[in-house]
Amino acid sequence: MNTKIENKLTPVRIIAFVFVALWLIVAMFPFIWTLWGSFKVQADFFSKADWANAIFGFHTEKQTGNFFTIDGYYGSWIEEEFWRAVINTSIVVFFTVLISLTFGTLGGYALARSTYRYAFWILMAGLIFRAMPHMTLVSGYLQPFFAWNVWGILPTTIIVLVAINQPFTLWMLHSFFLNIPKDLDESAMCDGCNRFQAFRYVIIPIMWPGVITTGLFSFLLAYNDFTVTSMLLSDENETMIPAIASFLGTVQEEGKVMYAVAAVVSATAPLFFLVMFFQRQIVSGLTAGAVKG
Amino acid sequence: MKHSTFLLFTLPSLSVMFLFIAIPIVSVFIQSLHIEHKQVIIVSENCDPFGCETTTSVDTEASTKLKEKAPLGKFNGFKTYSNRMHFAFDEIGEAWNSSDSFIAFVKKIYNYPLYRALSFTLTYTFVVTPFVLFLGFLVALGVNNLPKLLKGPTIFASLLPMIVTPLVGSLILFWMVDGDGVIGATLQKIFNDNSLSLKASPVLTWVMLMVYGIWHLMPFSFIVFYAGLQTVPHETIEAATIDGASKFQRTRHVVIPHLMPLAIFITLILLMDNFRVFEPIISFRAEAHATSISWLIWNHLRESAYPLYNAAGATSMITIFCVGILLLPVLIRTWRDFNEKNKG
Repeated sequence: MNTKIENKLTPVRIIAFVFVALWLIVAMFPFIWTLWGSFKVQADFFSKADWANAIFGFHTEKQTGNFFTIDGYYGSWIEEEFWRAVINTSIVVFFTVLISLTFGTLGGYALARSTYRYAFWILMAGLIFRAMPHMTLVSGYLQPFFAWNVWGILPTTIIVLVAINQPFTLWMLHSFFLNIPKDLDESAMCDGCNRFQAFRYVIIPIMWPGVITTGLFSFLLAYNDFTVTSMLLSDENETMIPAIASFLGTVQEEGKVMYAVAAVVSATAPLFFLVMFFQRQIVSGLTAGAVKG
Repeated sequence: MKHSTFLLFTLPSLSVMFLFIAIPIVSVFIQSLHIEHKQVIIVSENCDPFGCETTTSVDTEASTKLKEKAPLGKFNGFKTYSNRMHFAFDEIGEAWNSSDSFIAFVKKIYNYPLYRALSFTLTYTFVVTPFVLFLGFLVALGVNNLPKLLKGPTIFASLLPMIVTPLVGSLILFWMVDGDGVIGATLQKIFNDNSLSLKASPVLTWVMLMVYGIWHLMPFSFIVFYAGLQTVPHETIEAATIDGASKFQRTRHVVIPHLMPLAIFITLILLMDNFRVFEPIISFRAEAHATSISWLIWNHLRESAYPLYNAAGATSMITIFCVGILLLPVLIRTWRDFNEKNKG
């Protein structure tokens, strides 16, 4: 519209520009620094004498002959068997997302279409459940899980993560289904479909954008969880995040901090790509509840 | 929608929430009222030519029997809540009587784990939340002023601190502020003090944890505010400009009122998330100077070979109570809105 005014450099614009640039440095620098440093030896990444060592790899070249080394990755993935944790994480995350979305779409759809008062109460209960610190719930699980002998295995953790995820999933899909006009499934029902058929043939084909967005957040919750996975999984079933935490203690003593650094970078990389490909969905998901609310 | 269809659709979702959220809360409460059985101890005397020796041993059989009879342990009422690990009523009374100044009293109270954890958790929540709101709003305003080409990459970079696993994100920062890390070593050089360590001082530890909290959550408020800024009505802004409002006045009187509902939403989410702060304390190994309520529960459960279920239960109940107080204003408001909507 008024492009001339929008492109003019006013003092306010310059301040805004500098401020955003500062934030970008604060946001990005730690990741870039750690990614670069993970290919160096400890003497470089933790270099008291000169931080430039971490950039140019002075000690790395001395110790390994090249200024670039994958020793950290070899040590963590192969020696410390980090690959096991990666497989466990994949299993947990896959099933948590799958089950959360199945339960969530059914429940969210019903909540969006019901006109009764109890639908409101269920959503309120969901909000309270969403606020429960996960640690308080975990302290309630341990005794029964030990008693029934289901502690330490992956299915238990998956179902617990699904439950913890459910309030958020319900809220999000509920507000998403509210946006799909009622007339759509109601006209299908006029044509002789029952509720399930209307859901199957009318709603399911058009619900994928909302489901994908919600799925991303279920993925993040399951992938990032430390509280539940660290308390409910035995050592051999450990997922990535508790593995990194327990690794810290052991490798620190042996002077193999770089193993942990490499593991941390390995755990961050998938998230990096996730943001890259699904940026739009993540942003819309974050704002979905808010802009309407 | 018919009741029966509604029930069929919501059944899976409601049953997992009931089984794994509602029941555990009840079970935590019951746990907190009981205390572990004491081990049954046998004292036996062994005599040999050199004299007699008494040995004590655990009667495993009797202990297991006792445990089988009452798996929850001995009923203890609310004593766990008042012991020195929690509210420490007796100790506080004593401290009140024996300390000569209020500051001395507060210092004594701070030694008890629950008060320690509560003071950090509350400070963290009420420092990080306003900072995140304010800085997030500023960044959103800034990005809104950027040329279109730069907006996408800026949002991409901004999302990272929030998306990354809290434990991993705080580890990355921890390594950087380490005495040998890039920020830690640089600070030592600037202040010319080789013993300067962010980890050793309680105040700096608190500051470090809060800086991490702000770094981690700011993208969230930024994104929500940024989306809100796109919906500010153009006409109102133009009208204000014609009336002679400066840029600051327009922001103050048009943009901020428009974003108010968003600010309330963000505050609610931030309060819930900040109150459960836990992972950074593990990553920063800050437990000597800063503990949170979640950390306290975790610590009770990890206590040597015997998890202190009763202590964890009591701390959990206190946490749930605090969360209830935090949420109360929101719940009342929603309830009022809902009633008004139904009347109208």
